[in-house]
Amino acid sequence: MSRTPLPYNPKILKLFRNPKNLGKMKDATAKAVAGNPSCGDIITLYLKINDEETIEDASFESYGCAANIATSSILTEMIKETKLEDAWKTSWKNVVKAVGGLPTVKLHCGILAVGALKRAIRVYYKSKAVSPDWLSDELTFEEKQALEEEELSDLLSKRMDDEGNVQC
Amino acid sequence: MMENIHDLLRAHEGLTREVFLDSENSCAVPKEVVDEMLPYFNQRAYGNPTLTHKPGWEAFEAIMKSSQKIAGFLGCRTLEEVNFAPGETEANNLALAGTAYAMRSHGKKIIICDTEPINILHVVDMLQKRGFTVVKVPVDSEGLVNLGKLEEAIDSETIIVSISAVNHEIGTIEPIREALEIVKDRNTETIFHTDASDAYGRIPFNVKDLDVDLATISSCKILGPRGTGALYVKKSVPVERLLEGQIGTQNLWPGIENVPSIVGFAKASELIFHNFEGKVHHLRKLRDKLIDGITRKLPGVILNGPRDDKRAPDNVNISFRRCEGEALTIELSLNGVYVSSGSACTRRLLQPSHVLVAIGRSYVEAHGSILMKVTWNHKESDIDYVLDVIPKAVKRIREIAGSVEVK
Repeated sequence: MSRTPLPYNPKILKLFRNPKNLGKMKDATAKAVAGNPSCGDIITLYLKINDEETIEDASFESYGCAANIATSSILTEMIKETKLEDAWKTSWKNVVKAVGGLPTVKLHCGILAVGALKRAIRVYYKSKAVSPDWLSDELTFEEKQALEEEELSDLLSKRMDDEGNVQC
Repeated sequence: MMENIHDLLRAHEGLTREVFLDSENSCAVPKEVVDEMLPYFNQRAYGNPTLTHKPGWEAFEAIMKSSQKIAGFLGCRTLEEVNFAPGETEANNLALAGTAYAMRSHGKKIIICDTEPINILHVVDMLQKRGFTVVKVPVDSEGLVNLGKLEEAIDSETIIVSISAVNHEIGTIEPIREALEIVKDRNTETIFHTDASDAYGRIPFNVKDLDVDLATISSCKILGPRGTGALYVKKSVPVERLLEGQIGTQNLWPGIENVPSIVGFAKASELIFHNFEGKVHHLRKLRDKLIDGITRKLPGVILNGPRDDKRAPDNVNISFRRCEGEALTIELSLNGVYVSSGSACTRRLLQPSHVLVAIGRSYVEAHGSILMKVTWNHKESDIDYVLDVIPKAVKRIREIAGSVEVK
Protein backbone atom coordinates (compact mmCIF):
# COMPACT_ATOMS: atom_id res chain seq x y z
CA MET A 1 0.00 0.00 0.00
CA SER A 2 1.03 3.55 -0.64
CA ARG A 3 3.20 5.28 1.89
CA THR A 4 4.58 8.18 -0.16
CA PRO A 5 2.72 11.46 0.16
CA LEU A 6 1.93 12.80 -3.28
CA PRO A 7 1.18 16.48 -3.04
CA TYR A 8 -0.15 17.01 -6.55
CA ASN A 9 -0.34 20.66 -7.54
CA PRO A 10 -3.54 22.49 -8.59
CA LYS A 11 -2.88 22.14 -12.32
CA ILE A 12 -2.51 18.36 -12.11
CA LEU A 13 -5.63 18.07 -10.02
CA LYS A 14 -7.54 20.24 -12.51
CA LEU A 15 -6.40 18.18 -15.49
CA PHE A 16 -7.17 14.97 -13.61
CA ARG A 17 -10.71 16.18 -12.98
CA ASN A 18 -11.23 17.61 -16.45
CA PRO A 19 -8.74 16.16 -18.89
CA LYS A 20 -8.44 17.95 -22.22
CA ASN A 21 -8.39 16.07 -25.53
CA LEU A 22 -9.40 12.78 -23.97
CA GLY A 23 -10.48 9.85 -26.08
CA LYS A 24 -9.75 7.71 -29.08
CA MET A 25 -9.33 9.57 -32.39
CA LYS A 26 -11.01 7.70 -35.22
CA ASP A 27 -9.30 9.56 -38.07
CA ALA A 28 -5.81 9.72 -36.54
CA THR A 29 -2.86 9.90 -38.93
CA ALA A 30 -0.49 8.39 -36.38
CA LYS A 31 -0.90 6.59 -33.08
CA ALA A 32 1.63 5.34 -30.53
CA VAL A 33 1.61 3.62 -27.18
CA ALA A 34 4.09 4.06 -24.32
CA GLY A 35 4.32 2.30 -20.98
CA ASN A 36 3.17 -1.03 -19.75
CA PRO A 37 0.03 -1.79 -17.76
CA SER A 38 2.10 -4.10 -15.54
CA CYS A 39 3.89 -1.09 -14.11
CA GLY A 40 0.64 0.79 -13.76
CA ASP A 41 1.00 3.38 -16.52
CA ILE A 42 0.24 3.18 -20.21
CA ILE A 43 -0.91 5.84 -22.63
CA THR A 44 -2.05 5.91 -26.23
CA LEU A 45 -1.42 9.14 -28.11
CA TYR A 46 -3.32 9.99 -31.31
CA LEU A 47 -2.16 12.64 -33.82
CA LYS A 48 -3.92 14.12 -36.83
CA ILE A 49 -1.25 15.52 -39.11
CA ASN A 50 -1.95 17.56 -42.24
CA ASP A 51 0.01 17.83 -45.48
CA GLU A 52 2.00 20.76 -44.12
CA GLU A 53 3.31 18.41 -41.42
CA THR A 54 1.41 20.31 -38.75
CA ILE A 55 -0.38 18.56 -35.89
CA GLU A 56 -4.01 19.59 -36.41
CA ASP A 57 -5.37 17.59 -33.54
CA ALA A 58 -4.07 15.43 -30.70
CA SER A 59 -5.80 13.24 -28.16
CA PHE A 60 -4.95 10.57 -25.62
CA GLU A 61 -6.22 7.68 -23.53
CA SER A 62 -4.52 6.69 -20.31
CA TYR A 63 -4.52 3.78 -17.92
CA GLY A 64 -2.55 5.33 -15.12
CA CYS A 65 -2.28 7.60 -12.15
CA ALA A 66 -3.33 11.24 -11.88
CA ALA A 67 0.12 12.45 -12.98
CA ASN A 68 -0.01 10.25 -16.05
CA ILE A 69 -3.43 11.60 -17.02
CA ALA A 70 -2.38 15.22 -16.43
CA THR A 71 0.92 15.06 -18.33
CA SER A 72 -0.70 13.31 -21.31
CA SER A 73 -3.47 15.87 -21.33
CA ILE A 74 -1.17 18.89 -21.23
CA LEU A 75 1.09 17.43 -23.90
CA THR A 76 -1.82 17.20 -26.33
CA GLU A 77 -2.52 20.89 -25.70
CA MET A 78 1.15 21.85 -26.15
CA ILE A 79 1.59 20.17 -29.53
CA LYS A 80 -1.64 21.20 -31.24
CA GLU A 81 -1.04 23.54 -34.19
CA THR A 82 2.71 22.90 -34.11
CA LYS A 83 4.93 21.65 -36.90
CA LEU A 84 6.21 18.11 -36.41
CA GLU A 85 9.77 19.43 -36.41
CA ASP A 86 8.95 21.68 -33.46
CA ALA A 87 6.90 19.02 -31.67
CA TRP A 88 9.91 16.70 -31.97
CA LYS A 89 11.91 19.17 -29.86
CA THR A 90 9.53 18.79 -26.92
CA SER A 91 11.40 17.54 -23.89
CA TRP A 92 9.89 15.79 -20.87
CA LYS A 93 11.17 18.77 -18.91
CA ASN A 94 8.84 21.09 -20.87
CA VAL A 95 5.90 18.88 -19.97
CA VAL A 96 6.80 18.70 -16.30
CA LYS A 97 7.20 22.48 -16.26
CA ALA A 98 3.87 22.96 -18.02
CA VAL A 99 1.98 20.97 -15.37
CA GLY A 100 3.66 23.03 -12.66
CA GLY A 101 6.09 20.36 -11.51
CA LEU A 102 5.74 16.71 -10.47
CA PRO A 103 6.73 14.75 -7.39
CA THR A 104 10.08 13.06 -8.18
CA VAL A 105 8.55 9.58 -8.25
CA LYS A 106 6.14 10.79 -10.94
CA LEU A 107 8.65 12.37 -13.34
CA HIS A 108 8.54 9.23 -15.44
CA CYS A 109 4.90 10.00 -16.31
CA GLY A 110 6.04 13.10 -18.20
CA ILE A 111 8.76 11.06 -19.86
CA LEU A 112 6.25 8.40 -21.00
CA ALA A 113 3.95 11.01 -22.54
CA VAL A 114 6.79 12.55 -24.58
CA GLY A 115 8.05 9.05 -25.43
CA ALA A 116 4.64 8.32 -26.98
CA LEU A 117 4.77 11.60 -28.94
CA LYS A 118 8.18 10.79 -30.42
CA ARG A 119 7.08 7.28 -31.30
CA ALA A 120 3.98 8.67 -33.02
CA ILE A 121 6.09 11.08 -35.08
CA ARG A 122 8.29 8.17 -36.19
CA VAL A 123 5.17 6.15 -37.05
CA TYR A 124 3.99 9.02 -39.27
CA TYR A 125 7.22 9.30 -41.24
CA LYS A 126 7.54 5.55 -41.54
CA SER A 127 4.09 5.43 -43.10
CA LYS A 128 5.16 8.16 -45.53
CA ALA A 129 8.48 6.39 -46.14
CA VAL A 130 10.41 9.60 -45.66
CA SER A 131 12.94 10.63 -43.08
CA PRO A 132 13.60 14.34 -42.55
CA ASP A 133 17.12 15.41 -41.54
CA TRP A 134 16.07 16.42 -38.05
CA LEU A 135 14.61 12.99 -37.22
CA SER A 136 17.51 11.17 -35.56
CA ASP A 137 17.87 7.41 -35.99
CA GLU A 138 19.06 7.12 -32.44
CA LEU A 139 16.28 6.87 -29.86
CA THR A 140 15.62 10.04 -27.87
CA PHE A 141 15.97 10.09 -24.09
CA GLU A 142 12.21 9.72 -23.62
CA GLU A 143 11.94 6.78 -26.03
CA LYS A 144 14.84 5.02 -24.30
CA GLN A 145 13.31 5.58 -20.88
CA ALA A 146 9.90 4.35 -22.03
CA LEU A 147 11.52 1.24 -23.47
CA GLU A 148 13.45 0.66 -20.28
CA GLU A 149 10.31 0.92 -18.16
CA GLU A 150 8.42 -1.44 -20.48
CA GLU A 151 11.25 -3.99 -20.40
CA LEU A 152 11.66 -3.69 -16.65
CA SER A 153 8.06 -4.49 -15.93
CA ASP A 154 8.14 -7.37 -18.41
CA LEU A 155 11.14 -8.68 -16.54
CA LEU A 156 9.45 -8.30 -13.17
CA SER A 157 6.31 -10.08 -14.38
CA LYS A 158 8.40 -12.91 -15.82
CA ARG A 159 10.44 -13.29 -12.68
CA MET A 160 7.20 -13.48 -10.74
CA ASP A 161 5.97 -16.29 -13.02
CA ASP A 162 9.19 -18.29 -12.80
CA GLU A 163 9.73 -18.16 -9.09
CA GLY A 164 6.25 -17.50 -7.83
CA ASN A 165 7.38 -14.42 -5.98
CA VAL A 166 8.78 -10.99 -6.63
CA GLN A 167 12.37 -10.00 -6.10
CA CYS A 168 13.12 -6.36 -5.34
CA MET B 1 4.55 21.64 -1.35
CA MET B 2 2.36 23.08 1.43
CA GLU B 3 0.45 25.13 -1.15
CA ASN B 4 -0.25 21.98 -3.12
CA ILE B 5 -1.63 20.29 -0.04
CA HIS B 6 -3.81 23.32 0.71
CA ASP B 7 -5.15 23.21 -2.81
CA LEU B 8 -5.84 19.48 -2.63
CA LEU B 9 -7.76 20.07 0.58
CA ARG B 10 -9.65 23.03 -0.93
CA ALA B 11 -10.75 20.71 -3.76
CA HIS B 12 -12.65 18.71 -1.10
CA GLU B 13 -14.59 21.70 0.23
CA GLY B 14 -18.35 21.36 0.09
CA LEU B 15 -18.45 17.60 0.59
CA THR B 16 -21.76 16.76 2.20
CA ARG B 17 -20.78 13.28 3.27
CA GLU B 18 -17.52 11.53 4.10
CA VAL B 19 -16.88 7.84 4.76
CA PHE B 20 -13.47 6.71 5.97
CA LEU B 21 -12.77 3.10 5.00
CA ASP B 22 -8.98 3.17 5.38
CA SER B 23 -8.71 1.85 8.93
CA GLU B 24 -5.95 -0.44 7.68
CA ASN B 25 -3.70 2.61 7.71
CA SER B 26 -5.04 4.79 10.54
CA CYS B 27 -8.44 5.71 11.93
CA ALA B 28 -10.72 8.32 13.43
CA VAL B 29 -10.86 7.67 17.17
CA PRO B 30 -14.46 7.48 18.49
CA LYS B 31 -15.58 10.13 20.95
CA GLU B 32 -15.98 7.62 23.80
CA VAL B 33 -12.28 6.77 23.49
CA VAL B 34 -11.15 10.40 23.24
CA ASP B 35 -13.26 11.35 26.29
CA GLU B 36 -11.65 8.55 28.27
CA MET B 37 -8.17 9.72 27.27
CA LEU B 38 -8.50 13.48 27.78
CA PRO B 39 -8.09 13.67 31.60
CA TYR B 40 -4.81 11.78 31.29
CA PHE B 41 -3.12 14.64 29.44
CA ASN B 42 -3.33 17.20 32.22
CA GLN B 43 -5.83 16.36 34.94
CA ARG B 44 -4.57 13.11 36.37
CA ALA B 45 -1.89 10.46 35.91
CA TYR B 46 0.34 12.86 33.96
CA GLY B 47 3.37 11.89 36.05
CA ASN B 48 6.05 9.38 35.26
CA PRO B 49 4.76 6.01 36.54
CA THR B 50 8.10 5.01 38.03
CA LEU B 51 8.39 8.06 40.33
CA THR B 52 7.32 8.47 43.91
CA HIS B 53 4.57 11.07 43.81
CA LYS B 54 0.82 11.13 43.35
CA PRO B 55 0.68 11.83 39.57
CA GLY B 56 3.29 9.10 39.09
CA TRP B 57 1.34 6.56 41.14
CA GLU B 58 -1.80 7.53 39.25
CA ALA B 59 0.00 6.86 35.98
CA PHE B 60 1.21 3.51 37.30
CA GLU B 61 -2.33 2.61 38.26
CA ALA B 62 -3.68 3.70 34.86
CA ILE B 63 -1.15 1.53 33.00
CA MET B 64 -1.83 -1.48 35.21
CA LYS B 65 -5.60 -1.13 34.85
CA SER B 66 -5.23 -0.89 31.06
CA SER B 67 -2.90 -3.90 31.04
CA GLN B 68 -5.44 -5.81 33.08
CA LYS B 69 -8.24 -5.08 30.65
CA ILE B 70 -6.19 -6.02 27.59
CA ALA B 71 -4.75 -9.11 29.31
CA GLY B 72 -8.33 -10.17 29.99
CA PHE B 73 -9.44 -9.77 26.37
CA LEU B 74 -6.34 -11.60 25.12
CA GLY B 75 -6.53 -14.38 27.69
CA CYS B 76 -3.11 -13.74 29.26
CA ARG B 77 -2.08 -15.53 32.45
CA THR B 78 -0.27 -12.56 34.02
CA LEU B 79 -0.08 -8.80 33.45
CA GLU B 80 3.64 -9.09 32.68
CA GLU B 81 2.72 -10.88 29.48
CA VAL B 82 1.34 -7.62 28.03
CA ASN B 83 4.21 -5.46 26.80
CA PHE B 84 3.23 -2.05 25.47
CA ALA B 85 5.22 -0.68 22.53
CA PRO B 86 4.51 2.39 20.37
CA GLY B 87 2.63 0.41 17.70
CA GLU B 88 2.31 -2.68 15.54
CA THR B 89 5.56 -1.89 13.72
CA GLU B 90 7.54 -1.65 16.96
CA ALA B 91 5.89 -4.73 18.47
CA ASN B 92 6.64 -6.77 15.33
CA ASN B 93 10.26 -5.56 15.32
CA LEU B 94 10.52 -6.62 18.95
CA ALA B 95 8.94 -10.01 18.23
CA LEU B 96 11.13 -10.86 15.24
CA ALA B 97 14.45 -9.11 15.88
CA GLY B 98 14.26 -9.24 19.69
CA THR B 99 13.62 -12.98 19.63
CA ALA B 100 16.16 -13.67 16.86
CA TYR B 101 18.89 -11.96 18.90
CA ALA B 102 17.87 -13.79 22.07
CA MET B 103 17.79 -17.15 20.26
CA ARG B 104 20.87 -16.75 18.04
CA SER B 105 22.82 -19.50 19.83
CA HIS B 106 20.00 -21.97 19.06
CA GLY B 107 19.88 -21.43 15.31
CA LYS B 108 19.62 -18.96 12.48
CA LYS B 109 16.44 -19.85 10.59
CA ILE B 110 13.32 -17.68 10.56
CA ILE B 111 10.17 -18.74 8.74
CA ILE B 112 7.40 -16.35 7.77
CA CYS B 113 4.45 -16.40 5.42
CA ASP B 114 4.72 -14.74 1.97
CA THR B 115 1.89 -12.36 2.74
CA GLU B 116 3.06 -10.88 6.05
CA PRO B 117 2.84 -7.10 6.46
CA ILE B 118 5.78 -4.87 5.50
CA ASN B 119 6.68 -4.41 9.18
CA ILE B 120 7.54 -8.11 9.26
CA LEU B 121 8.96 -8.46 5.74
CA HIS B 122 11.39 -5.59 6.22
CA VAL B 123 12.49 -6.81 9.65
CA VAL B 124 13.38 -10.27 8.32
CA ASP B 125 15.15 -8.65 5.33
CA MET B 126 17.27 -6.76 7.86
CA LEU B 127 17.89 -9.96 9.87
CA GLN B 128 18.91 -11.76 6.69
CA LYS B 129 21.59 -9.13 6.11
CA ARG B 130 22.83 -9.84 9.63
CA GLY B 131 23.36 -13.53 9.07
CA PHE B 132 19.95 -15.09 9.71
CA THR B 133 18.29 -17.33 7.10
CA VAL B 134 14.75 -16.46 6.04
CA VAL B 135 12.23 -18.79 4.44
CA LYS B 136 8.95 -17.42 3.08
CA VAL B 137 6.18 -20.00 2.88
CA PRO B 138 3.75 -19.54 -0.03
CA VAL B 139 -0.04 -19.20 0.19
CA ASP B 140 -2.88 -20.47 -1.99
CA SER B 141 -5.19 -18.37 -4.15
CA GLU B 142 -7.25 -17.35 -1.09
CA GLY B 143 -4.16 -16.46 0.92
CA LEU B 144 -4.12 -19.57 3.14
CA VAL B 145 -0.62 -20.57 4.22
CA ASN B 146 0.65 -23.82 2.70
CA LEU B 147 0.99 -26.01 5.80
CA GLY B 148 2.87 -28.75 3.92
CA LYS B 149 5.54 -26.26 2.84
CA LEU B 150 5.64 -24.89 6.37
CA GLU B 151 6.26 -28.36 7.78
CA GLU B 152 9.02 -29.03 5.22
CA ALA B 153 10.76 -25.77 6.12
CA ILE B 154 11.04 -26.39 9.89
CA ASP B 155 14.28 -27.95 11.09
CA SER B 156 16.48 -27.98 14.19
CA GLU B 157 17.90 -24.57 13.19
CA THR B 158 14.47 -22.89 13.12
CA ILE B 159 14.19 -20.32 15.89
CA ILE B 160 11.06 -18.36 14.90
CA VAL B 161 7.94 -18.90 12.83
CA SER B 162 5.72 -15.88 12.27
CA ILE B 163 2.31 -16.07 10.60
CA SER B 164 -0.41 -13.42 10.89
CA ALA B 165 -3.64 -14.71 12.40
CA VAL B 166 -5.61 -12.63 9.88
CA ASN B 167 -4.07 -11.20 6.73
CA HIS B 168 -4.07 -7.41 6.87
CA GLU B 169 -4.84 -6.88 3.17
CA ILE B 170 -7.19 -9.65 2.08
CA GLY B 171 -8.66 -10.75 5.42
CA THR B 172 -7.74 -14.44 5.18
CA ILE B 173 -8.19 -16.15 8.56
CA GLU B 174 -5.10 -18.32 8.81
CA PRO B 175 -5.08 -21.82 10.38
CA ILE B 176 -2.92 -20.66 13.29
CA ARG B 177 -3.78 -23.58 15.56
CA GLU B 178 -2.78 -26.15 12.93
CA ALA B 179 0.36 -24.18 12.01
CA LEU B 180 1.37 -23.99 15.65
CA GLU B 181 0.89 -27.74 16.12
CA ILE B 182 3.03 -28.49 13.07
CA VAL B 183 5.76 -26.14 14.27
CA LYS B 184 5.91 -27.54 17.80
CA ASP B 185 5.75 -31.14 16.54
CA ARG B 186 8.80 -30.54 14.38
CA ASN B 187 10.76 -28.45 16.87
CA THR B 188 9.57 -27.73 20.41
CA GLU B 189 12.21 -24.99 20.78
CA THR B 190 10.87 -22.89 17.88
CA ILE B 191 9.17 -19.69 19.00
CA PHE B 192 5.77 -19.08 17.37
CA HIS B 193 4.75 -15.46 16.75
CA THR B 194 1.54 -14.21 15.23
CA ASP B 195 0.70 -10.66 14.23
CA ALA B 196 -2.86 -10.63 15.57
CA SER B 197 -3.47 -6.93 14.83
CA ASP B 198 -6.22 -7.83 12.38
CA ALA B 199 -7.59 -10.69 14.51
CA TYR B 200 -7.94 -8.89 17.86
CA GLY B 201 -11.48 -7.57 18.03
CA ARG B 202 -12.63 -9.34 14.82
CA ILE B 203 -12.38 -13.06 15.47
CA PRO B 204 -12.14 -15.02 18.74
CA PHE B 205 -8.44 -14.86 19.61
CA ASN B 206 -7.14 -16.15 22.92
CA VAL B 207 -3.42 -16.56 23.56
CA LYS B 208 -3.84 -19.08 26.39
CA ASP B 209 -6.24 -21.21 24.41
CA LEU B 210 -4.02 -21.13 21.29
CA ASP B 211 -0.81 -21.32 23.32
CA VAL B 212 1.18 -19.06 20.99
CA ASP B 213 4.50 -17.72 22.30
CA LEU B 214 4.25 -14.16 20.98
CA ALA B 215 1.35 -12.10 19.60
CA THR B 216 1.18 -8.52 18.33
CA ILE B 217 -1.89 -6.33 18.74
CA SER B 218 -2.37 -2.70 17.77
CA SER B 219 -4.50 0.13 19.12
CA CYS B 220 -5.21 1.99 15.88
CA LYS B 221 -6.43 -1.21 14.24
CA ILE B 222 -9.39 -1.32 16.65
CA LEU B 223 -10.33 2.39 16.52
CA GLY B 224 -7.95 3.21 19.35
CA PRO B 225 -5.44 6.07 19.27
CA ARG B 226 -2.15 5.77 17.39
CA GLY B 227 1.00 5.45 19.46
CA THR B 228 0.27 2.16 21.19
CA GLY B 229 0.52 -1.49 20.37
CA ALA B 230 1.38 -4.46 22.51
CA LEU B 231 3.40 -7.62 22.27
CA TYR B 232 2.10 -10.58 24.21
CA VAL B 233 5.11 -12.54 25.46
CA LYS B 234 4.42 -15.88 27.08
CA LYS B 235 6.34 -16.38 30.32
CA SER B 236 9.90 -17.63 29.78
CA VAL B 237 9.94 -16.82 26.04
CA PRO B 238 13.21 -14.95 25.47
CA VAL B 239 12.97 -11.50 23.84
CA GLU B 240 15.81 -8.97 23.85
CA ARG B 241 15.17 -5.24 24.06
CA LEU B 242 15.96 -3.44 20.83
CA LEU B 243 16.39 0.00 22.38
CA GLU B 244 18.15 0.98 25.57
CA GLY B 245 17.25 3.75 28.00
CA GLN B 246 15.35 4.29 31.21
CA ILE B 247 13.24 1.21 31.86
CA GLY B 248 9.89 2.04 33.43
CA THR B 249 6.90 -0.25 33.73
CA GLN B 250 7.60 -1.85 30.35
CA ASN B 251 10.54 -4.17 30.49
CA LEU B 252 10.90 -4.51 26.71
CA TRP B 253 10.43 -0.87 25.71
CA PRO B 254 12.37 1.90 27.48
CA GLY B 255 11.26 5.51 27.81
CA ILE B 256 8.31 7.26 29.40
CA GLU B 257 5.03 5.46 28.84
CA ASN B 258 2.34 7.03 26.64
CA VAL B 259 -0.37 6.84 29.30
CA PRO B 260 -3.24 8.60 27.44
CA SER B 261 -2.72 6.35 24.41
CA ILE B 262 -2.50 3.18 26.56
CA VAL B 263 -5.73 4.22 28.33
CA GLY B 264 -7.33 4.81 24.92
CA PHE B 265 -6.21 1.39 23.68
CA ALA B 266 -7.86 -0.26 26.69
CA LYS B 267 -11.06 1.77 26.16
CA ALA B 268 -11.17 0.92 22.45
CA SER B 269 -10.75 -2.75 23.42
CA GLU B 270 -13.64 -2.50 25.88
CA LEU B 271 -15.85 -0.94 23.22
CA ILE B 272 -15.11 -3.57 20.60
CA PHE B 273 -15.51 -6.49 23.02
CA HIS B 274 -18.76 -5.13 24.45
CA ASN B 275 -21.43 -7.21 22.71
CA PHE B 276 -18.64 -8.72 20.60
CA GLU B 277 -20.89 -11.12 18.71
CA GLY B 278 -23.27 -8.32 17.85
CA LYS B 279 -20.36 -6.20 16.60
CA VAL B 280 -19.01 -9.01 14.44
CA HIS B 281 -22.48 -9.60 13.02
CA HIS B 282 -22.74 -5.89 12.17
CA LEU B 283 -19.29 -5.89 10.52
CA ARG B 284 -20.14 -8.95 8.43
CA LYS B 285 -23.39 -7.40 7.30
CA LEU B 286 -21.65 -4.20 6.18
CA ARG B 287 -18.78 -6.13 4.60
CA ASP B 288 -21.11 -8.32 2.54
CA LYS B 289 -23.31 -5.37 1.59
CA LEU B 290 -20.21 -3.63 0.24
CA ILE B 291 -18.86 -6.70 -1.57
CA ASP B 292 -22.24 -7.70 -3.05
CA GLY B 293 -23.12 -4.12 -3.95
CA ILE B 294 -19.90 -3.59 -5.89
CA THR B 295 -19.84 -6.97 -7.59
CA ARG B 296 -23.50 -6.62 -8.64
CA LYS B 297 -23.25 -3.04 -9.85
CA LEU B 298 -20.00 -3.27 -11.79
CA PRO B 299 -18.59 -5.58 -14.45
CA GLY B 300 -14.91 -6.56 -14.37
CA VAL B 301 -14.41 -6.79 -10.63
CA ILE B 302 -12.69 -9.54 -8.61
CA LEU B 303 -12.88 -10.10 -4.86
CA ASN B 304 -9.41 -10.70 -3.43
CA GLY B 305 -9.29 -13.21 -0.58
CA PRO B 306 -11.85 -15.72 0.68
CA ARG B 307 -15.57 -15.25 1.40
CA ASP B 308 -17.92 -15.70 4.34
CA ASP B 309 -16.52 -17.27 7.52
CA LYS B 310 -13.07 -17.74 6.03
CA ARG B 311 -12.70 -13.95 5.76
CA ALA B 312 -12.22 -11.34 8.50
CA PRO B 313 -15.61 -9.67 9.13
CA ASP B 314 -14.29 -6.17 8.32
CA ASN B 315 -12.19 -6.71 5.19
CA VAL B 316 -13.15 -5.82 1.61
CA ASN B 317 -10.47 -5.97 -1.08
CA ILE B 318 -11.57 -5.70 -4.70
CA SER B 319 -9.71 -5.42 -7.99
CA PHE B 320 -11.32 -3.34 -10.71
CA ARG B 321 -10.19 -4.33 -14.18
CA ARG B 322 -9.16 -1.47 -16.52
CA CYS B 323 -9.16 0.95 -13.59
CA GLU B 324 -5.87 2.20 -12.15
CA GLY B 325 -5.93 2.22 -8.36
CA GLU B 326 -4.19 5.48 -7.55
CA ALA B 327 -6.38 7.47 -9.89
CA LEU B 328 -9.40 5.74 -8.33
CA THR B 329 -8.36 6.61 -4.75
CA ILE B 330 -8.10 10.30 -5.74
CA GLU B 331 -11.44 10.29 -7.56
CA LEU B 332 -13.07 8.61 -4.54
CA SER B 333 -11.44 11.08 -2.16
CA LEU B 334 -12.83 14.02 -4.13
CA ASN B 335 -16.23 12.42 -3.48
CA GLY B 336 -15.65 11.85 0.23
CA VAL B 337 -14.81 8.14 0.20
CA TYR B 338 -11.38 7.36 1.64
CA VAL B 339 -9.70 4.08 0.74
CA SER B 340 -6.23 2.77 -0.10
CA SER B 341 -4.96 0.89 -3.13
CA GLY B 342 -2.53 -1.93 -3.86
CA SER B 343 -1.30 -0.02 -6.91
CA ALA B 344 2.44 0.42 -7.29
CA CYS B 345 1.71 3.81 -8.79
CA THR B 346 1.57 5.39 -5.39
CA ARG B 347 5.12 4.42 -4.54
CA ARG B 348 6.90 3.93 -7.85
CA LEU B 349 8.71 0.72 -7.09
CA LEU B 350 6.98 -0.62 -10.20
CA GLN B 351 5.68 -3.34 -7.89
CA PRO B 352 2.15 -3.60 -6.62
CA SER B 353 0.95 -5.19 -3.36
CA HIS B 354 3.04 -8.28 -2.55
CA VAL B 355 -0.02 -9.92 -0.97
CA LEU B 356 -2.07 -9.73 -4.18
CA VAL B 357 0.90 -10.97 -6.22
CA ALA B 358 1.33 -13.87 -3.75
CA ILE B 359 -2.27 -15.06 -4.28
CA GLY B 360 -1.69 -15.05 -8.03
CA ARG B 361 -3.21 -11.75 -9.11
CA SER B 362 -1.62 -10.20 -12.19
CA TYR B 363 0.17 -6.90 -11.82
CA VAL B 364 -2.72 -5.16 -13.56
CA GLU B 365 -5.26 -6.71 -11.18
CA ALA B 366 -3.13 -5.61 -8.23
CA HIS B 367 -2.77 -2.06 -9.62
CA GLY B 368 -6.54 -1.83 -9.86
CA SER B 369 -7.21 -2.96 -6.29
CA ILE B 370 -8.90 -1.10 -3.47
CA LEU B 371 -8.72 -2.05 0.22
CA MET B 372 -11.60 -1.06 2.51
CA LYS B 373 -12.26 -1.93 6.12
CA VAL B 374 -15.61 -1.45 7.78
CA THR B 375 -15.74 -0.66 11.50
CA TRP B 376 -18.38 -1.05 14.19
CA ASN B 377 -19.20 2.66 14.01
CA HIS B 378 -20.07 2.61 10.31
CA LYS B 379 -23.77 2.65 9.51
CA GLU B 380 -25.60 0.96 6.67
CA SER B 381 -26.27 4.37 5.19
CA ASP B 382 -22.48 4.92 4.97
CA ILE B 383 -22.22 1.83 2.81
CA ASP B 384 -25.18 3.02 0.70
CA TYR B 385 -23.27 6.25 0.05
CA VAL B 386 -20.08 4.35 -0.86
CA LEU B 387 -22.07 2.11 -3.20
CA ASP B 388 -23.41 5.23 -4.90
CA VAL B 389 -19.97 6.82 -5.31
CA ILE B 390 -17.78 3.84 -6.34
CA PRO B 391 -19.54 2.85 -9.61
CA LYS B 392 -19.46 6.46 -10.87
CA ALA B 393 -15.78 6.84 -9.95
CA VAL B 394 -14.80 3.53 -11.57
CA LYS B 395 -16.77 4.45 -14.68
CA ARG B 396 -14.94 7.77 -15.01
CA ILE B 397 -11.47 6.29 -14.52
CA ARG B 398 -12.30 3.52 -17.01
CA GLU B 399 -13.41 6.12 -19.53
CA ILE B 400 -9.99 7.78 -19.33
CA ALA B 401 -8.37 4.42 -20.17
CA GLY B 402 -10.74 4.17 -23.15
CA SER B 403 -9.41 1.66 -25.65
CA VAL B 404 -5.91 1.36 -24.16
CA GLU B 405 -4.95 -2.28 -24.16
CA VAL B 406 -4.73 -3.32 -20.53
CA LYS B 407 -3.91 -6.97 -19.96
